[in-house]
Parts: sequence; C-alpha cells; structure tokens
Amino acid sequence: MKPTLVFVEHSNGAPRRASLEAIGAARAAGAEVCAVLAGDGAAAAAPGCAGAQRAIVLNGDASSPDALAEALAAQVRAADCGSFLAAATSAGRDLAPRVAAHLDSVLFSDCTGLTAAGEGLQATRPWLAGKIIAELTSSAPVFCATTRLNVFAPSTDGGPGECTEAALEGTARTRVVAVEAKADAKLDVKEAPVVVAGGRGLADAEQFKVLEPLAEAFGNAAIGASRAVVDAGWRPHGEQVGQTGKVVAPQLYFAVGISGAIQHLAGMRTSKVIVAINKDAEAPIFKVADYGIVGDAFEIVPALTEAIKAVKAEA
Amino acid sequence: MNIVACVKRVPTTDAEAKVAADGKSLDTSGLAYMISFYDELALEEAVRTKEARGGEVTVLTMGPSDGTKEIRECLAKGGDRAEVLVDPEWLSRDCRATAKALAAKLGAMAADLVFMGRVATDRDNAAVGPMAATYLGWACVTDVVALELGEGKGTAKRETEAGIETVEFSLPAIITCNKGLNEPRYSNLKGIMAAKKKPLEESAPELAENQASITAVAPPPPRAEGRIVGEGAAAVPALIEALRGEAKVL
Repeated sequence: MKPTLVFVEHSNGAPRRASLEAIGAARAAGAEVCAVLAGDGAAAAAPGCAGAQRAIVLNGDASSPDALAEALAAQVRAADCGSFLAAATSAGRDLAPRVAAHLDSVLFSDCTGLTAAGEGLQATRPWLAGKIIAELTSSAPVFCATTRLNVFAPSTDGGPGECTEAALEGTARTRVVAVEAKADAKLDVKEAPVVVAGGRGLADAEQFKVLEPLAEAFGNAAIGASRAVVDAGWRPHGEQVGQTGKVVAPQLYFAVGISGAIQHLAGMRTSKVIVAINKDAEAPIFKVADYGIVGDAFEIVPALTEAIKAVKAEA
Repeated sequence: MNIVACVKRVPTTDAEAKVAADGKSLDTSGLAYMISFYDELALEEAVRTKEARGGEVTVLTMGPSDGTKEIRECLAKGGDRAEVLVDPEWLSRDCRATAKALAAKLGAMAADLVFMGRVATDRDNAAVGPMAATYLGWACVTDVVALELGEGKGTAKRETEAGIETVEFSLPAIITCNKGLNEPRYSNLKGIMAAKKKPLEESAPELAENQASITAVAPPPPRAEGRIVGEGAAAVPALIEALRGEAKVL
C-alpha cells in the first residue's frame, strides 16, 4: 500500500487530538503515514505526530486555505501517496475538498471507518446524518477522506523518525486576516468527550443554564442544544446537535429535556454512552439511551452535578 | 451582479431512511423532498445580495427533471430564473462529478458570486462548494455566518471550533452558507404567481464518471437495549454506579 499523507493541525506546540486520530485511522488500516504541518509552531508540533513515520513542515504563510490546499496536493504527489486524510474539523472540512479537487479525486467526508481494500483504502461513512451507513470504494488517483472526531484511536507509537521541510507555495484567493477566539476556551460540541445537551423541556433560556454547572463539573464537556432551543434563541447555533446542526460522537452524551426528534437522534446516536433525563417516560430519546432517569430535570441535574463533582474530587 | 444560488433537492429531514432491495442504495419509495436546509440560506443570501447591489439571481440545481416544484418555490422566494442540469442519477452522483458539472456551468455563466449551502443534508459531504471553486480557480469561503461585499472582493466570517475567522476573498467566489447568516423568508402569493412566469431551463450537465462506488448501505447498527435506572434525583447514585461500573466512562 502506498503511504498516506495526513494534514495535521496543531496548537500550543502540539498536534490536535483530532489530527492524531486521523493518523491513527491510517495506521490501523495498515498504511504508513507522512504527517504534514503548516503555520506558526509547526516545527515544534511535528515530533508529537504519534504514529507517523515521517513529517513534513511547510514553511510559509499558512493564512490562505487555497494556497495551503495547493501545497498539500503538491506534497501528496511529491511523496507518491496513495491517500490523503485530514480530521473533519472546520479546517479539515474546508481544506480537504480543495486538495481532492487539485488531485481530481473524489472525497469521502466525515468517515467513521477506514479499512484496507487491495492496494488502497475503503470508507465507511454516514448519510442523512447517520440514518444510513454507506460503504464506499474509490477509483480516484488518490483516496481522499476526512475522519470524524472522537471515532478513531490515536496511534500509541512514537513520533516521526524523520522530519523535513518544504515551501508552502500556492495561489491565494482567500486569506484569513483575523481569528476572534471564543470568549472562553470551551471545547466545541463536536470535539468534546462529554456533551451535556438540553432541549425544550428546560423551559426557557435562563433555566437552560442549569446544565452549565454540570458541564463544568466534568471539566471536558461542551454544551449541546436541540434545534428547538436554538431556533427559539436560547442558545447559539454553534451548539446545535442534529441533522441541521452538528453530528457528534462523544464518549458520554446527556440528553436533558430532549424528546428525541428523528433529526436530533441522527446527530448523536453514535455517541458511546447516552444518558437521557426526561419527565416523559414515553419520550423517543429513551429508545436510544443506555441509561435513563424519568423525572424533573431541575431536581435531577443539580443532584447529578454534585455527584459528578464528588467523582472528580476522588480522581 | 451575476448571482447564483445552487440548491439541492434532498429527502425531508423527518424521513426514515430505508435500504433498497439491492442493498446499495436508498429506497426512495414514499420519500418526500425539500430544498436542503442550508441551501435555503444560500438562496436567501443571493436574493438579499441582489436587493442590495442589483443584478440577477439564477437558481441552479442538478437533479431530476420532475424536481421543478421545489425549484419554482425558489423562484417564488426571489430567484429570477432557474437552470436545471438534468441528471436522473442525481442521488448517486459523487461529489467530484457534481462539482465538475456545476463548475462547468458556473464558468460558462460567468457568475460573479455563487452561494451554496454549507452541506447538503442527504450526503453530508460539504465538498461540492470548495471543489467546484478549486476546479474553476475561484475563491471559496466555507461555513459563512456573516458577509460584506466590496468592489471585486469581500469579507466573510466563518465559524470554526476555535472561534470566528475573518476571511478576505476576491471575486468571483463561492460562498457556503451556515446557520446564523440570515433568516430565510417565506414565499407569498405574489411571489408564487410571479414564479410561474419566470424562465426555467433544462439542459444536460457535463458529466464525469463517478469515482466513488457504493458497495453497501445499511441502517446503523442498533444500539444495545438501554434501561431506566430510576425516577427523580433519587436515581442519581444508580446512574453514577452504572456509568462507572458498567459503562466505564467516569
């Protein structure tokens, strides 16, 4: 099998976990990995690319996604890679289609499975936000895919044995000129290992906030929301989970006061463990939940918050 | 300004998905269709851009020739004309072939500004916009939540996990629209009547062969049977015990 080129995002001198998962996905499918990093701090992050046999640091202005995509496609060709992967982050989902087009290759987005098929790879990916799972092969010159967050395990191997540099060159038609960081350094609902999500059962925007101490008690949780509460203006649309929001797959998903419309279930049903809290014992959410508590969320959530704090204090 | 809104007809989001007898495709019997949620935002932004800056809005779609009900609805909401690239195999067309066909059409139309949804809610690829722009050598900004246009260029804000990015781009450009960019309007009777007289042209797309092959489709694996651990706050200790002991997620 030809090697896989993986685009690796990084922050604070270390690769992002989502990118390490993409490397892990390629390794688990039996491919050798060449990690490619760009932007400030890339050289510092390169040794942290666990599971990659080699790394390439692209030197130059990384603020243009089209120029970066052109440079990544050039590296795929230069290293004679059979496949290209990126994590299905905002950056990965923006870059990968451009890279795929430069390589005149089809793209499989947000894959939940990658396996060896002959000399290449094949993909498993959800359609209709997970109502259907499709198995796909590609006759493209380069197999191109993005990997869903929180699905693949990072490699337990060490970092790359070899690190080289190359120039980031390409035509820039777009350029990122500013990034306004979130007010708090909270995890995005798509990448958080724990999601605490609420729905219309929480009554109003003010009372929805009963979930915030619970999310804080975990330390690694993000708030999620049903479409109903986002449309009502209680929560920002970036928190919406479902077919017209984000599809998430955390270790642990709490659905509080969410009845479980089919569009919402599609967005969270691949979570590892689902806990539902709802006053209606007949709510559809209980059909996908591993554990349920029937009752008043405003009594249950504070008790749960204290219990999680106690668990975390023991740890 | 030559403005294009690209829209896709997709199964309604409340649809249950069933696998066809061949095990490789969707059972389309009984499916109802809608314009993909994010494409409604694209159409709205196209119409608002025309209202602010002048020009014409073309609604462009690739799909079946019997999909005109949804396309007329787009004309009722402010599109001036529609172009349907008739593709009976639209449901199995891969993102590269779709992007190439749209790119060929957009290039021939000499579009200035093209709006698409962030993602189509059937295949969830989010690939056609940036792929088409790359084939055309045009700018593309994805997941846009705010847009300002200048002469021959613009500035967009896009939502990422880290926060809001501000992106400058040159025209022509493809913008993919995210929730938050606008609130789509409803059609009114006047719009619906006017839409009946607006031009709707069908033509054959320039089609590349699919590279993707579907080997199987299946419903998601069923989740293991869950259980109600109890009622009210008194059930919290049992839940904690289950999450620690059984599920091992605490």
